[in-house]
Amino acid sequence: MKLDKEALRIKFLQGSWGILLISNLLGFLIGAVILLLAGFNPLEAYWVILKGIFSRPKYVSYVIIYATPLIITGLSVAFALRTGLFNIGAEGQYIVGAIMAAAAGYFFQLPLILHVPLAIGLAIIAGAIWGGLAGYIKARFGVHEVISTIMLNWIALYLSNFVITLKAFAAQGTGKTFPIQATARINLLSEWRITEAGIEFIRSHKVLGDILKTPINAGFIFAILLAILVWYVLNKTTLGYELRAVGFNPHAAEAGGINVKKSMVTSMLFAGGLAGAAGAFQVLGVSHRIAKLATMEGYGFDGIAVSLIGNNTGAGSVFAGLLFGALKYGGSKIQDAMQAPTEVINIMIGTIILFVAMPKLIRLILTLLERRAKN
Amino acid sequence: MEAFIKDIGFIIGTTLMYSTPLMFTSLGAVITERSGVVNIGLEGMMFFGAFVGAAVAYYTQSPWLGFFCAALGGALLALIHAIACVSFAAEQIVSGIAMNFLGSGAALFLSRLFFDGATQTLTIPNKIPLPLAFLFGDGKLFKSAGFMDLIFNRFATVYLAFLLVAVVWFVLYKTKVGMRIQAVGEHPEAADTLGISVYRIRYGAVMMSGFFAGMGGAAMSIAVVSRFSNTLISGHGFIALAAMIFGKWKPQGAMLACLLFGGAKGLEIFLGAKGFPVPSSLLAMLPYILTIVVLVGIVGKTTPPAAIGKIFDKSGK
Repeated sequence: MKLDKEALRIKFLQGSWGILLISNLLGFLIGAVILLLAGFNPLEAYWVILKGIFSRPKYVSYVIIYATPLIITGLSVAFALRTGLFNIGAEGQYIVGAIMAAAAGYFFQLPLILHVPLAIGLAIIAGAIWGGLAGYIKARFGVHEVISTIMLNWIALYLSNFVITLKAFAAQGTGKTFPIQATARINLLSEWRITEAGIEFIRSHKVLGDILKTPINAGFIFAILLAILVWYVLNKTTLGYELRAVGFNPHAAEAGGINVKKSMVTSMLFAGGLAGAAGAFQVLGVSHRIAKLATMEGYGFDGIAVSLIGNNTGAGSVFAGLLFGALKYGGSKIQDAMQAPTEVINIMIGTIILFVAMPKLIRLILTLLERRAKN
Repeated sequence: MEAFIKDIGFIIGTTLMYSTPLMFTSLGAVITERSGVVNIGLEGMMFFGAFVGAAVAYYTQSPWLGFFCAALGGALLALIHAIACVSFAAEQIVSGIAMNFLGSGAALFLSRLFFDGATQTLTIPNKIPLPLAFLFGDGKLFKSAGFMDLIFNRFATVYLAFLLVAVVWFVLYKTKVGMRIQAVGEHPEAADTLGISVYRIRYGAVMMSGFFAGMGGAAMSIAVVSRFSNTLISGHGFIALAAMIFGKWKPQGAMLACLLFGGAKGLEIFLGAKGFPVPSSLLAMLPYILTIVVLVGIVGKTTPPAAIGKIFDKSGK
């Protein structure tokens, strides 16, 4: 019995989830070493981060708000990756989604029940076109999706900076568009919050009142639903089976009668739509407008990290997105609290991804440890 | 007429200035990809190099020492990529993504430590020199702010970049090392049977790519501008990568592609300065659209190194 448990434990650690767990531990360990070398107490820093995440309901709410777009761009990258495509373009698909949501949110005058779905729907379509384009030119012309999506990211960024110069859409010289209509917002109780009753409620209710101080919105619920959708499509439908088969071995899939080229386009359409939705929720729930982009905001690139740390699955992306959001939000607090550079978080994330990329190294370390334990 | 000629000179000059950081990095991309290793971490290596260059140039007051240390910094980061990809069979794109997080993270972390919590360095005292400055000015060979001045009175890094294009071309096509790099990138198993150490060549090539990307970053932070900031390198490494593919994995092709991207930037700055009614963001978009169009057109006539991205394991597993 004991032996079975032992075997099971080794099997888990050598498997992909085990490698993720070990990679995360190594990431935190190396983050601690770097803080130590820079003259900071790592335990104190991690404690500040933990407090910065959990010590107030407001903080938890912010973590969720931070995590929402990352979860969805993570899903986007994960979806494409399961078909063997590297969607570096989630960034651009996110941007065109945000543009579309801001435009639909501002220009249309509709009741909420129609306005929100319309804005989200148009953003998804825009993102899907942006992603699908990369899939199409890969399928049709063999242009690697990594290169085409990098180009499409920049085109999206400049497109965004172009639309904010349009008179109908933005006040001249402000560098940002007009805010979206109240009917397009997905914030919770945003109207009620500024009524007298709302203000009184926020003042008297410690937990809920604290949460309502943040731009809490329905985006997170949508993110969870999308994660379930991704899991369902990939694991429970014929389409998902075909897409995964292509990712696993395109030649075998082709021989098995699956249209590999069509799968590439479908996968990128889907991935693009997801990233577009991420942009929509951010506009409808948090920013309510788009502003001039001096540089890439990084939602798409962070989504790559989320996908990889989440083992490229739906549920994994939710956890990794929350982890990433928590580290980003909580990590920003060590700067003020102890003047420790918050970028140690980026180094930790980078380290985790690096180890995720090297399962061979981790298996080697495990084998060595095993051998040592036996002697 | 004279004003027009001057405008042309201005555009060419700014093109050269903005092309060169890309050119260094793109040459690095050529070297590593020809050896069969993808490095999309060049962005992070450029980012790190830009910081190291500016920080060392600030503290030592020597831009050249800064430039050299930036290259070493890039190479150091590339060493991690090489260890992961060559020795531990890592997924190369995933490792590259990790490099981008590590490079930007390390640069900003160190920046905050050495520059009082700021994500930018202070202004460096001495930029990279203008080696031909003695030719221009009153009573010199060419008058200042003239056509020749605008084009040729450029930072030493500009000349160095073009020189390195020739050097990389020569090494890649005319020397034994270059032949080995190509062999390893095309058919590592065959190269191995001929007694070429695939691992050693790839380690060298990946580290050279980081060395070049580091120089590219520094060419930005201590020549084009005179400090590092957290938005200075934003996507330049990715553009350099695209330029390498646009240039069909050849140093001279990469150079031309970088000139195209730099040219669009030069034109954008020129039209912005002149207040032309063309929206600068639409103009800025052009080279990216053009890249896609050209890639769609040329694929089929060009192929990447055959063993690109494939893991080589000497034990034959």
